[in-house]
Amino acid sequence: MKASNLKIADKIFQSRLFTGTGKFSSNEVMESAIEASASELVTVALKRVNINDKEDDIIKHLNHPRINLLPNTSGVRSAKEAVFAAQLAREALQTNWLKLEIHPDPRYLLPDPIETLKAAEELVKLGFIVLPYVNADPVLCKRLEEVGTAAVMPLGAPIGSNKGLKTIDMLQIIIEESNVPVIIDAGIGAPSHAALAMELGADAVLVNTAIAVAKDPVAMGIAFKMAVEAGRLAYESRLGKQIDHAEASSPLTAFLG
Amino acid sequence: MLDFYTLIKNNPWDEIKSSIYNKTKEDVEVALSKGEFRDIEDFKALISPAAEGFLERMAAESRNITLRRFGKVVQMYAPFYLSNECQNICTYCGFSLHNKIKRTTLTDAQIIREAEAIKALGYDHILLVTGEANKTVGVEYLQNAIRLVKPFFANISIEVQPLEQNEYEVLIEEGLYAVLVYQETYHEEEYKTHHTKGKKSNFEYRIDTPERLGKAGIHKIGLGCLIGLEDWRTDSFFTAMHLQYLEKKYWQTKFSVSFPRLRPAQGLLEPKSVMTDKQLVQLICAYRLFNENVELSISTRESASFRDHVYKLGITSMSAGSKTNPGGYAVFPEKESLEQFEIDDSRSPREMEKMLHENGYEAVWKDWDQMLMV
Repeated sequence: MKASNLKIADKIFQSRLFTGTGKFSSNEVMESAIEASASELVTVALKRVNINDKEDDIIKHLNHPRINLLPNTSGVRSAKEAVFAAQLAREALQTNWLKLEIHPDPRYLLPDPIETLKAAEELVKLGFIVLPYVNADPVLCKRLEEVGTAAVMPLGAPIGSNKGLKTIDMLQIIIEESNVPVIIDAGIGAPSHAALAMELGADAVLVNTAIAVAKDPVAMGIAFKMAVEAGRLAYESRLGKQIDHAEASSPLTAFLG
Repeated sequence: MLDFYTLIKNNPWDEIKSSIYNKTKEDVEVALSKGEFRDIEDFKALISPAAEGFLERMAAESRNITLRRFGKVVQMYAPFYLSNECQNICTYCGFSLHNKIKRTTLTDAQIIREAEAIKALGYDHILLVTGEANKTVGVEYLQNAIRLVKPFFANISIEVQPLEQNEYEVLIEEGLYAVLVYQETYHEEEYKTHHTKGKKSNFEYRIDTPERLGKAGIHKIGLGCLIGLEDWRTDSFFTAMHLQYLEKKYWQTKFSVSFPRLRPAQGLLEPKSVMTDKQLVQLICAYRLFNENVELSISTRESASFRDHVYKLGITSMSAGSKTNPGGYAVFPEKESLEQFEIDDSRSPREMEKMLHENGYEAVWKDWDQMLMV
């Protein structure tokens, strides 16, 4: 028994767990954890790699047939900077996939909705497959979908906070309204958070900190893999509504006979 | 919004000092019981003598926050001294005007030789350092230096004399990422006794420097005070207040804090306030509990055994194998030009990387790219 595959743009993913590459104790540990998680889409910050160096150590450790690279623009503060960096990345890394991250606030790394929308529109025109990182704002997600992004990536909680789905009410609206895949990014701090996101109907989750800083990142990668699969399977098998109050002892409509 | 100089005028030193020393164990308990979003009063409690008995709890929490926010990594950087010429008299500094030392300012060819040597050590993040000699080492010299080293490095910071906003704008345009400017002490009268001559004697101009940097749109500002000039707790309070003030006003700028302790150098004074290793750990943890996102940096002024532990407790960036004299890496490796201060931890960058690796941490060499700045 297996959950359905996910399609984003022209690519089919068997795994709905996307991962990141930061905060690991070494590139070897990162590689093993990602391998154990079975993740097929891995985001990497352009600022961490020497994009013109074929022997770059991070890139070398992600050189697997199953892994697709998703370069991200972490560090840019404006649409202009993002578009510039994206074009250099595309040329060097030979992929038109891009995780668009514009967070001018360096403390909580919260995404700038205005610059993100501007950059997304331009990058789509330039032929990029754009996956924008955004706050859990349903209207912004619709606007991004309209300019042609391949997915939307709303946050569950501030990045690196491990707090879980603090924005759950907005995430549910986004999932309900979206015509493109919804990937819950940021804030997922435990496999149970990831499972919940999938049960709600998210198409995928992106997890980094919780795996990278675990005592055993490889085991945690497996735990997230299992949680994402379980959550998705539960969603597809029509999870029954959970009842949080007692049923009335005499039915309210009994008088109708 | 009040400017920071007015703000510190409204917070007299002696009142702040006594309020820190009057903090109780209960105040520390309250500060510790808050999981996050601690305020400046909590910071006061955490740096107070009352918190000394809570060091293990502070360290455990500081470690957890740092791991979650920054991961199992330490950012590596190298100081790159360009010049030791200086028109200032600073009672604690080896470059001080009255010190009879050989003065050097690197030429273009020497800058390139040094850059090659530092790059060969593995560095991608550098900190260009000078004294204050505006005629020979002014904005044009710095602009040229950045232009020369830019092909070698991903991330360029400076620690030089305070400049005007438009001068910073010129350097940012050239590729400058961060500026470190330490207030030395926030005690105005004490400041004047340590800076008797030169442009640096103007306390207000120096304290306004981060403000000019914020207006110029710099990516990162490094703050700090020179620990030992005045009561370290009170000076650290004002540093934290400065940080908070700047973060609210210049919300697009990142901040770092350093903890330089007075070290012996030629012709120097004894520290007025001595800070123990234990107290430095207390201060590092207090900063982390107060501000989860600020970068905390420790240099080779500190000993190897101390540095081998503090990166786990809150520190996020370190230098290694540093030379604090102009040309120290390749041009004048024999200390022909005198160093600014003696370093304590003389291990090479590779030795540091190995130590970190053995302890489950990665030394990060590159975490920026010139292509992110248009």
